[in-house]
Amino acid sequence: MSRRRFVQGSILSGAALATLGGRAWGMAAANSAGVLSGKRFDLAIGSVPVNMTGRPAVATGVNGLTPGPVLHWRQGDTVVLNVRNTLAVPSSIHWHGIRSPANMDGVPALSFRGIMPGETFTYWIPLHQSGTYWYHSHSAFQEQTGLYGAIVVEPAAGYAQHFDRDHVVLLSDWSDSSPEEIVSNLKMQNDYYNFHERDAGTFLADAHRRGLGATIGDRLMWGGMRMSAADIADVTGATYTYLFNGAPPGANWTGLFRPGERVRLRFINGSSMSFFDVRIPGLTMTVVAADGNDVEPVPIDEFRIGVAETYDVIVEPTAEAYTIFAQSEDRTGFARGTLATRAGLVAPIPPMDPRPIRTMTDMGMGTMNMGGSMAGMDMSGGKPAPANSGTTGMADKRRMGGAMKASPEGQKLHVGVGVDNVAMDPINRLGEPGDGLSGNGRRVLTYNDLRATIAGADPRPPSREITLHLTGNMQRYMWGFDGKKFSQAEPIRLARGERVRFTLINDTMMEHPIHLHGLWSELENGQGDYRPYKHTVIVQPGGKLSYLVTADAPGMWAYHCHLLYHMELGMFRTVVVA
Amino acid sequence: MTAGGPAALAQQTPAGVQDAVRLAPLEYIGGMQPVMDNSIFAHVLLEQFEDRAAGNGQQFRYDGQGWIGTDINKVWVKSEGTVGTRGQFSDSDQELLYDRAISRYFDLQAGVRMDLDNGPTRTWAAIGVQGLSLYFFDIEATGYVSDRGRTAARLKGSYDILLTNRLILQPEAELNFYSKSDRGRSVGSGLSDIDAGLRLRYEVTRKFAPYIGVTYAGYFGQAQPIAHSNGDRVQDIRFTFGVRSWF
Repeated sequence: MSRRRFVQGSILSGAALATLGGRAWGMAAANSAGVLSGKRFDLAIGSVPVNMTGRPAVATGVNGLTPGPVLHWRQGDTVVLNVRNTLAVPSSIHWHGIRSPANMDGVPALSFRGIMPGETFTYWIPLHQSGTYWYHSHSAFQEQTGLYGAIVVEPAAGYAQHFDRDHVVLLSDWSDSSPEEIVSNLKMQNDYYNFHERDAGTFLADAHRRGLGATIGDRLMWGGMRMSAADIADVTGATYTYLFNGAPPGANWTGLFRPGERVRLRFINGSSMSFFDVRIPGLTMTVVAADGNDVEPVPIDEFRIGVAETYDVIVEPTAEAYTIFAQSEDRTGFARGTLATRAGLVAPIPPMDPRPIRTMTDMGMGTMNMGGSMAGMDMSGGKPAPANSGTTGMADKRRMGGAMKASPEGQKLHVGVGVDNVAMDPINRLGEPGDGLSGNGRRVLTYNDLRATIAGADPRPPSREITLHLTGNMQRYMWGFDGKKFSQAEPIRLARGERVRFTLINDTMMEHPIHLHGLWSELENGQGDYRPYKHTVIVQPGGKLSYLVTADAPGMWAYHCHLLYHMELGMFRTVVVA
Repeated sequence: MTAGGPAALAQQTPAGVQDAVRLAPLEYIGGMQPVMDNSIFAHVLLEQFEDRAAGNGQQFRYDGQGWIGTDINKVWVKSEGTVGTRGQFSDSDQELLYDRAISRYFDLQAGVRMDLDNGPTRTWAAIGVQGLSLYFFDIEATGYVSDRGRTAARLKGSYDILLTNRLILQPEAELNFYSKSDRGRSVGSGLSDIDAGLRLRYEVTRKFAPYIGVTYAGYFGQAQPIAHSNGDRVQDIRFTFGVRSWF
C-alpha cells in the first residue's frame, strides 16, 4: 500500500463513519477492511509494502494492513481466530492484556511452537473481560516492523460511561532501518540514536544560568558515573517516524465527531520503544479506563502512555477541529491526528516541550537531600511527589552519596558486567507524572490518580513477596532482572491460586513498562481495595512500586519489559503457574 | 512495608504447595527460547584512516579494531600501521585477542601481537584491559612479552569533546614502553615513542565521519638516536585529514 493510498484509506474510513453517525464500531465494520467484528476471524500475517517516510519499505502486517485490522469483540463470546502465516519465517500473535488459556497466549516456546511459514493456527479465546487491548507478534522483532493492531471488547452489560462516538488511537514507531540493524547499532554505540547529548553549547548555557562551578561539578558528577543525563530514549526520532493509526504526522489521520457529542478515544501505545505524552490542546480528557479496566473518571490535560499500555478517555469537543498531539518522551518527534467535524480540517500543532533531563532521583538516589527521611515504599499512597530537583541539588546528593547505604534488596546486588547501577534510595514515584511532565502548568495523570470502580476480586493479603530489580548496563546495552538475563535465570514459580506481591525496583535511569502475561497486576497505589488492574506497569527510573497478583491461570507466562530491545536482550522471565 | 515481613508471609503458603511449585518441570516447547538474548554481534571500527602531510612528504596511517562475539566473550582484532614518504611500511602491528567482559565498563583481553611490516618481525604475548574509564575516557592498557624474553607496554587513551552532537574534537594518544632497545624496530628502552593527535571530526552519520587534525609522533630516550640514525624525524608534527568510520 502506498503512502498516498494509506492516507486516503484513513480519511475514507473517517468519512464512512461520519455518514453513518453514532457509534463507530460495528456500524463501520461492514464497510471498512480496517475493522473486523464477530466471533470468527480469518487473519493472514504477511508482508505489506508501505511508505512512511518517502521511501518505499516492507512492513509486516495482517490482512494486508499495518496496523492490522481493529478486532471488535463482545464480552461473553468465545472468539475463534484462524491465523495464517504467509511469511517465510515463523510468526505469532499475542493478545496483549486478554486473559486466555495459556496455550492461546501466543508466545513461542511458552504457549505454543509459533506459526510456521504456510501454517494456520487457530486460537480460541473465551472473553471474560471487556475494554481496550491490542495484539502483536511475539516472534523476534516483527512487532517493530508493523505486526500489531487494536482490540476492542464491548462490555456485555453496557458501558459505565455514556458516549456517542468511539475512535481507536493506536500510536507506534516506525523505522526504515531493520530492527536487527537498530539493535546492532545500539550494541556498538549505546547512544547511536541520541543526537541530544549535552555538548559545548549546553555547557555554556548551563554555566550562564547557574554558574561555571556548578556546571563543571555537574558534568564531573555525571562523568564520574559514566552516565548521560540526556539518556531519555534508546531509539529516537533520528530513525523513528511516529505513527498515529499507522499514519505519519503529515498524513494527519482524522477522526470525526459532531459538536456536542461525547467522544471516547481508546489510546493504545503499540510502539516498540517509544513513550508518548498525549494531550489535545483545548480539550480536557476524562480518563475512564486504564489497560482495559474501568477507573473512576479523572479529568486531566495530559497523560504519559508507556509502551503497551492503553487508556480510554472521553472528550466533549465543541470547536471544529482539535489536534491530538502525542510527543515522544525524548521530544525527538510526535505522532499527530485530528479530531474534526469534517475531513480536511486542521488545528494548530503545538511546539514540542523541552526535553527532560535525568536527575539524581532517576539514578536511584531518591529524596536523600530532602529532609533526610527515607521515603521508600509508601503503601498509604497520596504522598506528595518530590519535585525534580535541579542540578545544584544533585551535586549535594552526590556528596552525601558516599555515606549512604544501598537499599536492603539492593545489597544483594552488585555492580558488574550486567549492572551499571544499584539504586541506593529507590522511592515511590507513583504520584509523579514522569520525567519531563512536572511543572508544565497542565494537569497530568499520575498512577496515584487511578482508582478502580469496583473493589478487587481477591481480598486475601499476599502470602509471599517477590522483589525484582530492573537492571541494565547502558554502555554494554545489556538488560535483565536482578542483574541476570533471561538465559541466566530461573523462572518465577507461583502456586496456582497463590496471592503474591511483586515489588519492582528500577536501578536503571530509564522507564521500563513491565508486562505480566495471563494474570492481572493490581497496582498498590494507595487506593485501598480499589487498586487499578493493569497488564503493564511503568516503573520510573529510581522508582519502587508493588502490585498484587493472583495466580489464577495455570501455565507458562511471559513476564518482561515491553521495550522490545530490552526484552529481546534479556529483560524477560518465565512465570510458571502450577 | 508488611507486618511480619516476607518470612512471616511465606509461612502462609503451605510448604507442600511451595515444594510442588518448585519441583514442577519446566519445558520450553520445541526446546526453543522465547527471547534470544545471547546473539552474536560483530563490528569493525576504523578509528584512523588518514593522510599526514608535512613539508618533507606525506604519510598514510591507519588504526582500527574489529570484534565479534556475545556480551561476555568476544574475539578482538586490532591493527595499526604507517606507510611513510619513501613507501616504507612501519610501526605496524596486529593483535588477535580473546576478550572477556569483567566489570561494568572494562574487558580483559589476552592473545598475540605480531609486529609485521618492512622491519624485522616480532611476536608477543599480550594481556590487557580496554574500556571506558571515569569521565568517559576510552582507554587501553596492554602488557606484552616477546618470544625473545622482552617486555613492553602500551597505553592508549582518547576523549570525545562534543562541540555539537555531530562536531567532535578528539584528543588521542598512544604511548609505547619497552624493556630493551630494538634497533631494527626503532625502539628504545623505557618510554620509546608517542603517537598523538587532535582531530576534529564531523559525523555526517555515526558511521561516516571525515576529520581534520594535527598529529604528533615523537621518539624519546634511547629511541631518539636510533630514529635519528635511521633517518627518521625525532619529533614530527603534521597536518592530518582522514575518515573515521565503522560498520
